[in-house]
Amino acid sequence: MKANCWLGKKRVEVQEVPDPRILNSRDAIVRVTSTAICGSDLHLFNGFVPTMEKGDILGHEFMGEVMEVGKSVSNLKVGDRVVVPFPIACGKCGACQAGSTSLCENSNPNAEIAANLWGHSPCGIFGYSHMLGGYAGGQAEFVRVPFADVGPLKVPEHLSDEQVLFLSDIFPTGYMGAEMCDIKPGSVIAVWGAGPVGQLAIASARMLGAERIIAIDRYEYRLLMAKEKAGATDVINYEKMDVHEALLEITGGRGPDGCIDAVGSEAHSPGLMYAVDRAKQAMMLENDRPLALREAIRACRNGGVVSVIGVYGGFVDHFPMGAVVNRSLTIKAGQCHAHRYMRPLLERIVSGQIDPSFVITHRLPLSASAEGYNLFNNRLDGCEKVVLAAA
Amino acid sequence: MNTNTPKTDTCMDRGLGRTAIRANAERRAKTLALLGLGIGLAEVVAPGSLARTIGVRNTRKARSLLVAFGVRELATSVGLLARPQAGLVWARLAGDILDFGLLAHRLSRPGNNKARLAATACAVIGLAALDAGSAARLSRQRSLQKLAAPIHVVRSITVGRSPAEVYAFWRDLANLPRFMAHLESVLVQNGMSTWRAKAPAGASVEWQAEIVMDKPNEAIAWRSVEGTWVPNQGVVRFLPAPGGRGTQVLVELKYDPPGGVLTQAFAKLFGEEPGQQIASDLRRLKQVLEIGEVVHSDASIHRTMHAARPPEISTGKMTAFGKAYTS
Repeated sequence: MKANCWLGKKRVEVQEVPDPRILNSRDAIVRVTSTAICGSDLHLFNGFVPTMEKGDILGHEFMGEVMEVGKSVSNLKVGDRVVVPFPIACGKCGACQAGSTSLCENSNPNAEIAANLWGHSPCGIFGYSHMLGGYAGGQAEFVRVPFADVGPLKVPEHLSDEQVLFLSDIFPTGYMGAEMCDIKPGSVIAVWGAGPVGQLAIASARMLGAERIIAIDRYEYRLLMAKEKAGATDVINYEKMDVHEALLEITGGRGPDGCIDAVGSEAHSPGLMYAVDRAKQAMMLENDRPLALREAIRACRNGGVVSVIGVYGGFVDHFPMGAVVNRSLTIKAGQCHAHRYMRPLLERIVSGQIDPSFVITHRLPLSASAEGYNLFNNRLDGCEKVVLAAA
Repeated sequence: MNTNTPKTDTCMDRGLGRTAIRANAERRAKTLALLGLGIGLAEVVAPGSLARTIGVRNTRKARSLLVAFGVRELATSVGLLARPQAGLVWARLAGDILDFGLLAHRLSRPGNNKARLAATACAVIGLAALDAGSAARLSRQRSLQKLAAPIHVVRSITVGRSPAEVYAFWRDLANLPRFMAHLESVLVQNGMSTWRAKAPAGASVEWQAEIVMDKPNEAIAWRSVEGTWVPNQGVVRFLPAPGGRGTQVLVELKYDPPGGVLTQAFAKLFGEEPGQQIASDLRRLKQVLEIGEVVHSDASIHRTMHAARPPEISTGKMTAFGKAYTS
């Protein structure tokens, strides 16, 4: 089959690789009909995630048709159309039983590597480094899906791939980011990063009843999408104005009730700290540049919530702990427990409350993966979200 | 917690001989350090008279050079007295060579006492030889000690099954290869078990063990029988986890690797870091008990690093787990 493979920093290529096979009794093989490039794939692309191997198949946002099921999978049959959540979860361990599927205790065969870095291991993830399992990803013609009786969600025929594809990651992730903000009527939410996850966090905050939602980015086309499609009430272009001042003005000096970091480790800012963090990253003194996170913590109202859904891999410097403690902030974070949200969010799509496909700007065949990564990584041609379709 | 641990007498005594050899090597290094202390003091306190003694022209430059060398000598000597280590002795040897070089250089210059200089150079060569011997001995001892240290590993995991269930699974020793990556088989006959594990180059190694403690639903301890090439023993406890979470499985493993090729084989057996290997084995135990099988990724079925993509037709580079699925 053809699959999009990671070959090194800023190098991906569609290669011919062996077809996937059932390795465990609860596996399924899925023929991928649509897959997407995630912002977190760009962290892999840019070489910020350790334990990648040359030749790894990328991709954790995908859907398709069930081709084969292992002997212990009874709820799926060949031909079913499914969306697959990005965390691989067994459904049986303590974490899965508690609904925290991105913390599955059994799905990472390389858990010791992750535990060495982070203290404990989270779940395995499709196409996302060896310390998160070494699983082949879904930017391919076919993919092996472990625990197929737990993850894949059957989707109604009348909905298009584009309408349901993002149930695999960015919609539940954006939703969880908003949910962690404990939104109540009258809440004011600020979202750093108007990329695809940020857009869906904004849309989710709106669905959850936030009164004002502020989008922060530096690309006008993304801020425009936030305002016109996602439902942001205000936008801040951080290259044109001071974010902290602007937020004080919008919130009457109080600060937002909830601040969502939908940026993660490769943040950008016009200030001096950007150069400092960038240099430290280059010298391997710091893994992540937490520029958006620092700003979010500083801006958040006293007693508010900072919700972190942008991806970080290691260590950050100048973490404003004084602000967190003295102003009673709550920090919530996590890789999305996608299984928990897929079904209720599918219902919202079915009932017409939201159509997450508004983020799509580019549709390419799988064979043009490298072009897709280039467009998305360099924000070329107004790129917001790239969907790769099977040929 | 150690009350039920079986005695360690057969396992842990053989390190003693090596400890004695090591103490000897350290004593020699310390004697050399005392000598160095004397030389260094002379260089720092009375550089002028020392210069005359060794036959160097007593100039200001020569005196300050001698003081600098004295400081160097004092530093390495004090360091060695505090903690004899090969690195410092090697550093002293480098100093000796530098000294010799400078003396040889002086021999060719006017105004120096050539006879005394030559005698001093000979003394320096002698010292260098002693330092070299000492450094080599310390280095060898260090690496021997590293290889020969008895290994003691404690690891724990929570399994979502009752202590009785986990105990029953473990007590059937034939189950162990299902989650212990390097074990090929465990055969039980007449209360004695024969353990077979993979060794490098496709070979297998075998040893026999006996169960020395068996407390149903609580603990099992085993120990290799006398005469095994690699004495090892272990105890596993099954403790009820708080909050009804199942069982806390606590494994304690000790082994005393012998020297030579067998050491390498055994090190390979338990991985570079034995704790890590046991921890991974316990994760697989949890998988087998909670979901019925060991979980594989496209990369994990291979013995060495492999890209996360579906495997080609089965190769010899796969783990036993991987082979089961591709043959």
